[in-house]
Amino acid sequence: MSAPIHIQPGETFTLNVGPQHPATHGVLRVKLEMDGEYIVHAETVLGYIHRMHELMGENRTYPQVLPNLSRLDYLGALGYTHGHVLAVERASGIEVPERAEYIRAITVEMNRIASHLFWFGAFVMDLGGFTPLMYAIQDREYILDILERVTGSRLTYCYYRFGGLYNDIDDEFIPATKAFIPRMRESLKKYDALVTGNIILQKRLKDIGPLSKELCRKYGATGPVARGSGIDFDVRKNEPYSVYPEFDFDIPVYHECDSFARYKVRMDEMEQSLRIIEQGLEKLPDGPIMPAKKPKLIKPPAGDYYQAVETARGSFGIRIVSDGGKNAYRFKLRSPTYSNMHLFDEACEGMLIMDALALMGSLDLVIPEIDR
Amino acid sequence: MSLTVLNAIIAVVIAIGFAALNAAYLVWAERRGAGRIQRRPGPNVNGPLGLLQPLADGAKLMTKQLMIPGGADKALFMVAPVLAMAPAIMSFVTIPFSDVIVAKSMDVGVLMIFAFASLGSMSILFAGWSSRNKYGVMASVRAVSQAISYEVPMLITVITIVMMTGSMNLHDLAVSQAGGFWHWNIIPSLASPLMPVSFLIFFICSLAETNRAPFDLGEAESELVAGFHTEYGSMGFGLFFMGEYANIVIGASLITILFLGGWGCPFGLFPSVFWFLLKIYLLIATFIWIRWTFPRTTIYGLLNLSWKILIPISLFNLLLTAGLLKVF
Repeated sequence: MSAPIHIQPGETFTLNVGPQHPATHGVLRVKLEMDGEYIVHAETVLGYIHRMHELMGENRTYPQVLPNLSRLDYLGALGYTHGHVLAVERASGIEVPERAEYIRAITVEMNRIASHLFWFGAFVMDLGGFTPLMYAIQDREYILDILERVTGSRLTYCYYRFGGLYNDIDDEFIPATKAFIPRMRESLKKYDALVTGNIILQKRLKDIGPLSKELCRKYGATGPVARGSGIDFDVRKNEPYSVYPEFDFDIPVYHECDSFARYKVRMDEMEQSLRIIEQGLEKLPDGPIMPAKKPKLIKPPAGDYYQAVETARGSFGIRIVSDGGKNAYRFKLRSPTYSNMHLFDEACEGMLIMDALALMGSLDLVIPEIDR
Repeated sequence: MSLTVLNAIIAVVIAIGFAALNAAYLVWAERRGAGRIQRRPGPNVNGPLGLLQPLADGAKLMTKQLMIPGGADKALFMVAPVLAMAPAIMSFVTIPFSDVIVAKSMDVGVLMIFAFASLGSMSILFAGWSSRNKYGVMASVRAVSQAISYEVPMLITVITIVMMTGSMNLHDLAVSQAGGFWHWNIIPSLASPLMPVSFLIFFICSLAETNRAPFDLGEAESELVAGFHTEYGSMGFGLFFMGEYANIVIGASLITILFLGGWGCPFGLFPSVFWFLLKIYLLIATFIWIRWTFPRTTIYGLLNLSWKILIPISLFNLLLTAGLLKVF
């Protein structure tokens, strides 16, 4: 809800939301100039947890920098390592066995569901409902258990290798995942009944926090944020990579541009990810998980390489400029949340602080990924 | 004379004891209830079923240092938590728990409770203002506008009931509904066919008056950190916390007396204090249930609900009841 603002000079005050604030979910600071409860001007301040991942990428070898990628976004880490291995494989021309590609797609989609589940809980908690978080992390726990058995870690995975995987899936992976799919579908129905249909939630999200198509384009927003504003763009469909062309799935797009549209996009994406996992398990071929022939030392030929992947938060791009050495000459990460967050400054002007923070929640910010 | 003084002292001690005990154990009940709803055990380590948890919490709060932020208005800062707790305890004095268990039966009992209830928003305003915290000020302004807009429909609803009963004495109000649930005010009668609606309005208003979710805008943690008590620690925070739960008990007691027949049995048998306690704890369980189910409303949604929906309906109900009372 926005209202015309007529302020006299000296009538506003500055409110620092963050770096320690329950709504920012991390060390993000938003400097708000407020007129009562209305926001006159907002400025996001970054850099509190900058760790120079890009520089690290330039003074380490390609395998050495692999674990760094999962430290970007701790909720959907597999998508980011997927981007890195794909970029390096493309650069050095490594063939990946089909089985490895399928397992990658299945695990990435499971990680996407886990990430969206956590977002769902945290977002509803932002709106004041604490209980859905508990339900969501219980379902997420199930995914983490499955992934932990295969990858060895629960949050910052380093499972993919150049050319394949660290190890094959175990005997329990397929039955556990098959049991998980119907369970998750039940849960999604439950969430719809408990949260989506709730009149208070709908009043808080519908027509609140409009992000126009133009605004999204201007700031380069991708992922569910852009798809909630009617931009039909998903890297998995538009620039297919890995084995995604083999799967039959839809890209949910909503044209309402409000917070509720972004909410619906993510809820629908979970269902689509379940479909991908289902098909992936069906089609999963036998065979090796690492290529028979693989260079001992990863040394991509000199050149400029770019690979984009669709992570839980949007299009994550990784650009590698190689001079033929064992380190990258330039290592550039294009993280989706960085772009998604920057439209907040412009979008929240004239909004009430409650609605602005609901809008911020709907952007699904993960701060370590902005401050890489 | 001395007997009256002794009576008064005993009444006050019992009132404070009841309020404090309820406040402490409702926190426990709330946490256990939340645990039930969220598929987790809740506090279960201290004592059987975690029943000693309130004692541990109390000891922790009392032994913490009382911090006063720099630049705060010290006097108001210290007065505010006391002001949150004291009116709640005072209100217990006039609440009849049964035909005989009442500290002081007053002819203006209803008025007195509402007078004290409005003091509660003073304490929130003091707390937010004196702690010199922007979040605190914003929260306290919210809480006061909320309290003002919800006292109006609440009082209009009470006027409707007082009109039907012809008394402002809480004891008389309860006695007038004696003998089975079909005599209760919540059941529509010829004179007031809209009574269930009134009950709903009163119930929503009590949620808002006690700053409970989904109307807990004064302490909306996701935007205002901890709202008006951001700067409070130690027993200052403890008193706010206890005051909130004491207010919940009063809200539930008022609903019970005004709409649910006070201490009367639903089937007209053996009216006793047992029924009264059963009813208020059922209502409180509903409060807890609502809190852990719904997200929070917005401040404008909240004010719109009161001024555009609740007040017109309650006014219409008042006029309707007045007219029908004249007819029948």
